[in-house]
Amino acid sequence: MTEELVSIFIMGKRHVVPSGLTIMSAMEHAGYRLIRGAGCRGGFCGACATVYRVPGNYRLQVGLACQTVIEPEMHLAQIPFYPGHRADYSIDDLQPTFEAVVTTYPELLRCLSCGTCTKACPQDIDVKQYMAEAMRGDIAAVADRSFDCIMCGLCVSRCPAEEVQPNIAILCRRLYGKYLAPGAEHLAKRVLEIEEGKFDDDLATMKSLGEEELRRMYNERDIEPE
Amino acid sequence: MSYTPQIRDSLRKVENTRQARLHEAFPMIEPQEKRTILEKYHPDYKAESMREIRVGVSKGQRMPLELADVMEGASHLTSDTLDLAQVDYDTDVLVIGGGGAGSSAALLARENGAEVIIANKLRHGDANTIMAQGGIQAADKPGDSPDIHYLDVVGGGHFANHPDLVEVLVKDAPLVIKWLENLGCIFDKEPDGTLKTIHGGGTSRKRMHSARDYTGAEIMRTLRDEVRSYPHEITVLEFAPAIELIMDDKGRVAGAVLLNIETGEHLVVRAKCTVLATGGSGRLHYQGFATTNHYGATGDGLVLAYRVGADLAFTDTMQYHPTGAAYPEQIVGLLVTEKVRGLGAQVCNIDGDQFVHPRETRDVEASAIIRECVERGKGVATPSGKVGVWLDSPMIDIIHGPGTIAKALPAMVRQFGRFDIDIVKDPILIYPTLHYQNGGISLKPDGSTGIPGLFAAGEISGGVHGRNRLMGNSLLEVTVFGRRAGEAAALQSQEVQLGKLTLTHVNGWRQELDEAGIENQVNSPILLPDYTRELR
Repeated sequence: MTEELVSIFIMGKRHVVPSGLTIMSAMEHAGYRLIRGAGCRGGFCGACATVYRVPGNYRLQVGLACQTVIEPEMHLAQIPFYPGHRADYSIDDLQPTFEAVVTTYPELLRCLSCGTCTKACPQDIDVKQYMAEAMRGDIAAVADRSFDCIMCGLCVSRCPAEEVQPNIAILCRRLYGKYLAPGAEHLAKRVLEIEEGKFDDDLATMKSLGEEELRRMYNERDIEPE
Repeated sequence: MSYTPQIRDSLRKVENTRQARLHEAFPMIEPQEKRTILEKYHPDYKAESMREIRVGVSKGQRMPLELADVMEGASHLTSDTLDLAQVDYDTDVLVIGGGGAGSSAALLARENGAEVIIANKLRHGDANTIMAQGGIQAADKPGDSPDIHYLDVVGGGHFANHPDLVEVLVKDAPLVIKWLENLGCIFDKEPDGTLKTIHGGGTSRKRMHSARDYTGAEIMRTLRDEVRSYPHEITVLEFAPAIELIMDDKGRVAGAVLLNIETGEHLVVRAKCTVLATGGSGRLHYQGFATTNHYGATGDGLVLAYRVGADLAFTDTMQYHPTGAAYPEQIVGLLVTEKVRGLGAQVCNIDGDQFVHPRETRDVEASAIIRECVERGKGVATPSGKVGVWLDSPMIDIIHGPGTIAKALPAMVRQFGRFDIDIVKDPILIYPTLHYQNGGISLKPDGSTGIPGLFAAGEISGGVHGRNRLMGNSLLEVTVFGRRAGEAAALQSQEVQLGKLTLTHVNGWRQELDEAGIENQVNSPILLPDYTRELR
């Protein structure tokens, strides 16, 4: 089977690589040993934000290098780092209110609702919408809508209002998780029981058992039904 | 990139058997047969894939060839490469590795009064933690208890686990969930606050907690954000991997030499206590397996710890996750979370028939899949010459109601959707993939290693999981032991007076290699894998 080859332009330089590769594999095939711009290689860590353009289209496009397949004559460059602003705060000192969010990130109110962020998001998150929800102080809605954010910063790189949307989103998620989400009573109870030593004897017994006995117990243990 | 017509032929058989399979429970494998299937099909049992290490305190211990090669590697330094009197950073606690374990350690060290440095090879949070999808175990429901969790852990680990480590793992588990909740981690909950929990492979109770299928990402980004709240007490160094531990003249680990990986500059960090949290080694690609692991998972910390005399445990057992993507080519080897099976998806062969219960422990499940493909020839061939079996994801919405997959597995929907495969409608082709290093540095329950001044936590360690880890016990391990190591290191650092810094152990290591006649070895730690094409 002969490999179909395509040419791409990495930071302006032409390279001929097999078709079907992701941008990341194509760069490696071309000889780049990546230090920045590579992380989990599976779309979870946001290390490989990449900006590119394809022929016949003046628009800049963005994506994750590990998840985007190359196209013939693609021009691309990675964004190695983006100096986005992270406010100085401690979650313990904040309240889950609009005031807390807007005091921490006053630039929130500069959002133009232009939607460039939403178009940039490789996770297809409606970033503009969660920014609107943040401006309304609906912290729970921001937490839910932004949940799949991998903090790659592509929205930040394209924002004309110089927002750092992922940092506003994680502030809201932490406020929601800590203060607004209903507490788990069974968890609080179990923590108390552990601190009181309720399971210490049972665990000591388990530790004292020989392999034969453990094996018997394991093979005979009852399994909670679906 | 959606399925080819040939693959679709088999896919239709999976669809045809689905209704019947919904009511068909495939039996669990009997204990005796488990042993047989592991010995015959699990990659760990391939004798020619392992060898004994020829130097060091664990000399004679078996480990994969690729690991032995880096463990027997030469240092990047000699004792006179650097003037150690010129200290770049002085701190109470140095944490090497900023994943889940390292970040937890840094937070607890700070809480216990220490000044902390986290040294990251890449960015802070670049780690296997961020890629963990399915969940974290904790026995916090009525009807469950830490001792039931204990039994599941040691049974899954083939009764080889170190009891003291298992005890603190299961006992700290609910405390860790509570800690994370207080930091603002969002776990999946019922409207009344009850944590949603499901089964994982080898669990006897539904104790898998999740944050959609971004559980590790949610934990990692929360820990990272919390670390960022203390810029004056926790210094975060990025793109600065450790390439050697530093000792003092009293035989204590006293920091590390970091490499600015972009400029080549060396940095000397003097620390009263050091916590190694560099994670696993999937990027060594044992036996040529694809891996779910992060780009930086090259076993660096094992190399460093071994050179200062740390003992190793269970280095001959790696975890092969049963369900790595087998198609499309671009994502081969990446993780398909066990949560898919936890939610009810079955595993089927080319004829659409089940051949293994979907929730065996990972080693057994993976071995059964390999047997189905290799011995029985019932795998589905892919265009690139690979083979896989079906994971019948559409069952989940049939069992739990429409919309469940979209809500519970958004990362998986997105991952395959990018290549025009809709896992709500179509099943997934999977094959086992290299996932986790079951063994590593021997630990005590407080994270200490037996080498003065050296602590460790997370995937780098060995003992708690025995010979096989259960799903949801690695996110648990990194937080439980990260916290313990951070606290113990901080408390110990208050009493430490360091002596003169030295790298003489590096010369000793060189001498040992020479005496063993080991030549032409790599320089290690290798820091990053090399995926560049061989250029002319």
